Amino acid sequence: MLVTAAYAATAETAEHAAEGSFPPFDGSTFASQILWLVITFGLFYLFMSRVVLPRIGSILETRRDRIAQDLNEANRLKEEADQAFATYEQELADAKASAHEIAQAARDAAKADADAERAKVEAEVAGKLEKAEAEIAAVKTKALAEVDKIAADTAAAIVKQLIGGTVTKAKLTAAVKAAAEGGK
Amino acid sequence: MANDPIHQFQISKLIPIEVGGLDFSFTNSSLFMVATVAAASGFLFLTTSNRGMVPSRMQSISEMCYEFVASMLRDGAGSGGMRFFPMVFSLFMFVLVANLLGMFPYFFTVTSHIIVTFVLAMLVIGTVVVYGFMKHGLGFLNLFVPSGVPGMLLPLVVLIEVISFLSRPISLSVRLFANMLAGHITLKVFAGFVTSLGAMGALGIGGAILPLIMTVALTGLEFLVAFLQAYVFAVLTCMYLNDALHPGH
Repeated sequence: MLVTAAYAATAETAEHAAEGSFPPFDGSTFASQILWLVITFGLFYLFMSRVVLPRIGSILETRRDRIAQDLNEANRLKEEADQAFATYEQELADAKASAHEIAQAARDAAKADADAERAKVEAEVAGKLEKAEAEIAAVKTKALAEVDKIAADTAAAIVKQLIGGTVTKAKLTAAVKAAAEGGK
Repeated sequence: MANDPIHQFQISKLIPIEVGGLDFSFTNSSLFMVATVAAASGFLFLTTSNRGMVPSRMQSISEMCYEFVASMLRDGAGSGGMRFFPMVFSLFMFVLVANLLGMFPYFFTVTSHIIVTFVLAMLVIGTVVVYGFMKHGLGFLNLFVPSGVPGMLLPLVVLIEVISFLSRPISLSVRLFANMLAGHITLKVFAGFVTSLGAMGALGIGGAILPLIMTVALTGLEFLVAFLQAYVFAVLTCMYLNDALHPGH
């Protein structure tokens, strides 16, 4: 409403001002324009510098602080998470190492047991073998000794059968011995 | 009369005030200065009143304005320039909102008057000079003596530097003023073609399509210019403040 009123007023005065100077260079309006510019711009400057700019400045600063704070917090949490992950990895590695150790020990123990068992069994077998060999040797010696006596008896019987006489035992034994030695 | 492209810059008194022979009337220009300040302050104040950690859309526009000007100033004048942040921010927002309000039909464009842009430019240059002498004393005059210039050329170079410094408030104010003025006149002229051609019957209506397209395109361009000129004004302010902070080239 004010604007149209102003326009109407302008149209009215324009009639007689039209042949006057170009409005922007009309010095008669300068004093009024300067005064009102100083008043309005001065108030505007005061309002900006006292109220609006500190307010916007503080809004921006608060936001910047808040963002910086949040970033710090995020960094801190990230570091914590990294730490936890490192601890976890360390523990996992430790567990793996100790598991390996236990397995190795068990394997060693089992191997040692097996070796001991085998050695014992082998020793036992060797003992039995030796004893058996000794028995065999004894039996063989005894048998050989029997063989000489049987040969002598057989020879005595053959001689008695063939020539009807008897031969002294001493002679027979000597003969058998000589034959055995000759046969060798 | 309705097609007079200059008419939109006419200043009319709404509340006549006269003090000591000087005319301090509350005019349509004053009204739009008040509107500019009210719109910019209201927007920035209301959108940030929630102080949301996660900004709403409107709040992020205010924050973007803040960070846009802050990074502009930091890049242009270093971190020492941040003491001028309220001034640069106020200038940027005032010029931007005044330019954008001027894009509404029947609205007055505050920045289309040379005296307004000149006062704003003088505020910048005044700040540069006062702060420069306060901080560096006479060392501020080193601004006009670039290092590494041979002695013979020095007077000439100093003269050029002084002239370029003195022309800064003029170029700063004329750039903004002329852009807004020329843009609005061009828009008005092309829009005037549309109506005057449209009044000439069927053929005229067909012919009016071209200036209509032109008007639409120019409106888009003017929005760009409105932002761009506020940006340029603020960037140059930062550069000049940099001179006050670091006078040695």
